[in-house]
Amino acid sequence: MSNLKTTLSSSLGKKIVMSLTGLFLCTFLIVHLIGNLQLFKDDNGLAFNAYAYTMTHFTPIKIVSYLLYASIIVHAMYALILTSMNKKARPVGYAQQNGNANSPWTSRNMGILGTILLIFIVIHMNNFWAQYHWADLPYAKYEVSLTDPADVKFTSIPFDGSKIAHTDYVDIEHGVKVLIAKDLYLIVGELFKQWWYVLLYVVSMVALAFHLFHGFRSAFQTLGWDHKKYVSAIRFIGEWGFGLLIPIAFAAMPLYFFFFK
Amino acid sequence: MSHISHPNTNKMSAHMNLTLKVWRQKNANDKGGFVTYKAADISPDMSFLEMLDVVNEGLIKKGEDPIHFDHDCREGICGMCSLYINGRAHGPKRAITTCQLHMRSFSDGETITIEPWRAAAFPVVKDLAVNRQAFDRIQQSGGYVSINTGGVPDANEIPIPKFIADEAFNSATCIGCGACVAACKNASAMLFVSAKVSQLALLPQGQQERYQRVQAMVAQMDEEGFGNCTNTGACEAECPKEISITNIARMNREYFTSKFFKEEEIH
Repeated sequence: MSNLKTTLSSSLGKKIVMSLTGLFLCTFLIVHLIGNLQLFKDDNGLAFNAYAYTMTHFTPIKIVSYLLYASIIVHAMYALILTSMNKKARPVGYAQQNGNANSPWTSRNMGILGTILLIFIVIHMNNFWAQYHWADLPYAKYEVSLTDPADVKFTSIPFDGSKIAHTDYVDIEHGVKVLIAKDLYLIVGELFKQWWYVLLYVVSMVALAFHLFHGFRSAFQTLGWDHKKYVSAIRFIGEWGFGLLIPIAFAAMPLYFFFFK
Repeated sequence: MSHISHPNTNKMSAHMNLTLKVWRQKNANDKGGFVTYKAADISPDMSFLEMLDVVNEGLIKKGEDPIHFDHDCREGICGMCSLYINGRAHGPKRAITTCQLHMRSFSDGETITIEPWRAAAFPVVKDLAVNRQAFDRIQQSGGYVSINTGGVPDANEIPIPKFIADEAFNSATCIGCGACVAACKNASAMLFVSAKVSQLALLPQGQQERYQRVQAMVAQMDEEGFGNCTNTGACEAECPKEISITNIARMNREYFTSKFFKEEEIH
């Protein structure tokens, strides 16, 4: 145990913690993105609300989600510790410093980008996660025809104290599959109609893009996974996948609701 | 110098007049500050250090304290010269040391800012000279091979693939000047340490102490108070010997392998 402790408290050990938590957060982004693509479905939120319920009630996913919260906190804490150590390593700075001549801007500003992302995560979780868990949300009732899955009857049910709960059953008599679920889709739609939220989300996704543009590849370098045959693939996934595609896809959601809903 | 006149004076050899903003600091405890000097009649063919020599001659003639800076071989192999010139380690050109930098890389009338390496682990001794003994201590902690070398072995007795030999040699070209630390926004010494770890880890002669070495050198690096690597790549861009950050990845691999899978420990 003392070996692990000394290893993790070394400079390289702290870096491994940063890289592992960072990569774990990257994998989460993929899952989060796939789920959120349900927002683009024109189904009054049937798929999205079903997905939101699964994400908050399926035990293995719940366990992973706690790991995720811990990762965010550890990643941010270690960033703070490492940054303060790095500041101490150069108590007197340079009067003239030409960083652009030797390194990309993103790589030198991971702390600022990360701070923007942390603020975003707090706002984002307050907007949706906290609302979903604790607020008195209206419910959505979907009656999907058993013969024609495209035939869906949607009714909004206002919140009604303890009388309402998540329900999922098949009503053979009426030939429908019924789903009554918290209407998170409604909350999403309402929020994404306000321009300042849309702006905040888009700006945060730009920060995410820059953060991952450097971060993904950097994590592999830290882990020592640097191999001539794979480094270009890692670079490609980091820069085009995590640095461009994923942030654009996330930013497209508020923009889609703002302009087309 | 101005009395020497060339018959075919063209623009290239026209002498330059420069303004220098030089960091002056009496000793490690002095607060220090910038002092502005005029460097007149400087030949573009002079090296940067020769230009400083000229300025110093002027200062000595005036009875002032000359500017202190480190230098030795003046041909780019000893690692003694340093200087942070206009915001860059070893000046604006890539892959050279300050002694290999020529005044033709600057333009007439330019103001040049000259600072010492900045790092807690490299305290200023005087003016532009810093104490880089932290590097020596890291080397002493593990950057050696303690097998008995004996007589000269047959050239092909220990076969080493050429690409491995090349890679080890590339790592071994590190002259320990400290430009990596100076250029790094975190004042991290990981390029230096990783080059020293790599050159021995790659070769058969370095295997006996391989896993103990990386632990000892990283521990010493941490103790010296260098910063942590954030993979900006500034070190390899400013390294006069173009040491690659592949070495840092290798050092990390060596370190985690030794910590998690090997029994070697340091005491």
